[in-house]
Amino acid sequence: MSAERPARLGLRVLALAYLGALLLVPVGVVLYRTLEPGIGAVWASLTTPAAIHAFQLTMTAALVAVPLNTVLGILAALVIVRGRFRGRALLDTVIDLPFAISPIVVGLSLIFVYGRTGWLGDALARAGIQIIFSWPAIVLATVFVTVPFVAREVAPVLREIGTEQEQAAATLGASSWQTFRRVTLPAIRWGVAYGVVLSTARAIGEFGAVSVVSGHIAGQTETLTLLVQERFENFNVAGAYAASALLAVIALCTLLAMTMIKPRKEYA
Amino acid sequence: MISLTGVTKRFGDHVALEEVSLEVPEGSLTALLGPSGSGKSTLLRIIAGLEAPDAGTVVIDGRDQTAVPAQRREIGFVFQHYAAFKHLTVRENVAFGPRVRRRPRAEVAERVDELLGLVGLSAYRDRYPAQLSGGQRQRMALARALAVEPRLLLLDEPFGALDANVRAELRRWLLELHEQLPVTTVIVTHDQEEAMELAGSIAVLHEGRIAQTGPPRELYERPADDFVMGFLGPVSQLAGRLVRPHDLRITPDPREGAAEAMVTRVVHLGFEVRVELVLGDGVALAVQVTRAEAEALELRAGDIVWVAPDRTPAPAR
Repeated sequence: MSAERPARLGLRVLALAYLGALLLVPVGVVLYRTLEPGIGAVWASLTTPAAIHAFQLTMTAALVAVPLNTVLGILAALVIVRGRFRGRALLDTVIDLPFAISPIVVGLSLIFVYGRTGWLGDALARAGIQIIFSWPAIVLATVFVTVPFVAREVAPVLREIGTEQEQAAATLGASSWQTFRRVTLPAIRWGVAYGVVLSTARAIGEFGAVSVVSGHIAGQTETLTLLVQERFENFNVAGAYAASALLAVIALCTLLAMTMIKPRKEYA
Repeated sequence: MISLTGVTKRFGDHVALEEVSLEVPEGSLTALLGPSGSGKSTLLRIIAGLEAPDAGTVVIDGRDQTAVPAQRREIGFVFQHYAAFKHLTVRENVAFGPRVRRRPRAEVAERVDELLGLVGLSAYRDRYPAQLSGGQRQRMALARALAVEPRLLLLDEPFGALDANVRAELRRWLLELHEQLPVTTVIVTHDQEEAMELAGSIAVLHEGRIAQTGPPRELYERPADDFVMGFLGPVSQLAGRLVRPHDLRITPDPREGAAEAMVTRVVHLGFEVRVELVLGDGVALAVQVTRAEAEALELRAGDIVWVAPDRTPAPAR
């Protein structure tokens, strides 16, 4: 036992040093640099009309994308794991596309479909609907890139819990909805929660796809990540840091929210 | 009362059940006995509505239930691996059935308390399944199945995942329970001893068909074929015929119809003694004798003896 102790201690130091160098130090620097000009300056740069609008737009995109992809993700996982039809393997692969495709390509493909010269361009123009270079495109891009998370987290949990509990519920007289609500959902809730956290993080932090379809109109089509880039490129470094810090704080809140809903004793 | 007629089920090319017909009388405790792959669990799941037969009918209490889903068959089902709702306490598990049927709260609470008392889990009501032993989980599963006042109680290898001593205890307990609440019960098992101890009637399944149905004693004494004979107890083969080891007699001297054999091993199993022999043609066989008989014969490895059936075995039907 005593011979193992230095080795274990070494591993612990290594793991912490790795985390520190890669995660804590950069995030810490951002927070430090943000607060350097003083809290008043930070507040001022976060309450400009453009910053407030960027915050609202980011939140809107996340509030559409995350609930939508949570519901669809659970359904997709159920179909992939429990379904018995031919297209199942195809769906299983297709759902990973947003992981495989670069966000820039996602943005471009949205332009090909909804842009003025795209497939639906004429129809949309006649109906007076603008999608590309407007907020709907940002929401669409965010929805697209966050599709796989919940499904990918839930599918293995579904596979692991098996179908016996659901069958037991059925023999006890539960309808399909009651079985889902009272047995399946509680059993997969950790997978769902983790998927939601990952989706939220991605929705808030998405840059590439949003950048392509946004048009970068300050106060109109600029999300928080685009605001950071715009400020940075215009040598407003302090403003960029402030917006970055806000992104980091939102991410931390999401993580905290997940830790708050602690596992109950059945896992003891 | 359950009547199955011509039940057939295939999984791909594999025929799990072929033209199975069976009657389970009201209030009885019937065992479906067979080796793994004999189709016994599939048959139970078809009775429960968890599996749909490709052909045949399932009639419960005079009503055709073949197309009725499990939710509306009013059955209680107990799974080998408990299928406990892990996120619910013992109480909530047992209350699940009545709750989804929207019974009044007070009635549910009363029924659950009564059942927890019956299965001896009153002290564990607020625990989660993970905090129970295997035997306790299975008793909880039974209480949960009984909470909906089922017309049928279906048990799929309910004691298969438990230790031998817990299994014996739960068997006795299930028998007592069945006397108190005589719900028509079907239990699936691959353990002939379990089937014989528990069931009033046994259906032996073999390769998707019912080989024989009857009371345990009838099956043991008048098996329909070699498979049933071999499955219901130990057998020895003598002169091309299957014989129970306790139906063979050893004598030190030759006699009519007896075969010459050499003793290879004498195993003392308490009251009984198993004498292992090898016949002249090299075929091994075992004979079961009492301790007194073994002592009188003074058997030792290497002795030459004569062996023959003690009485004429009942002819196969």
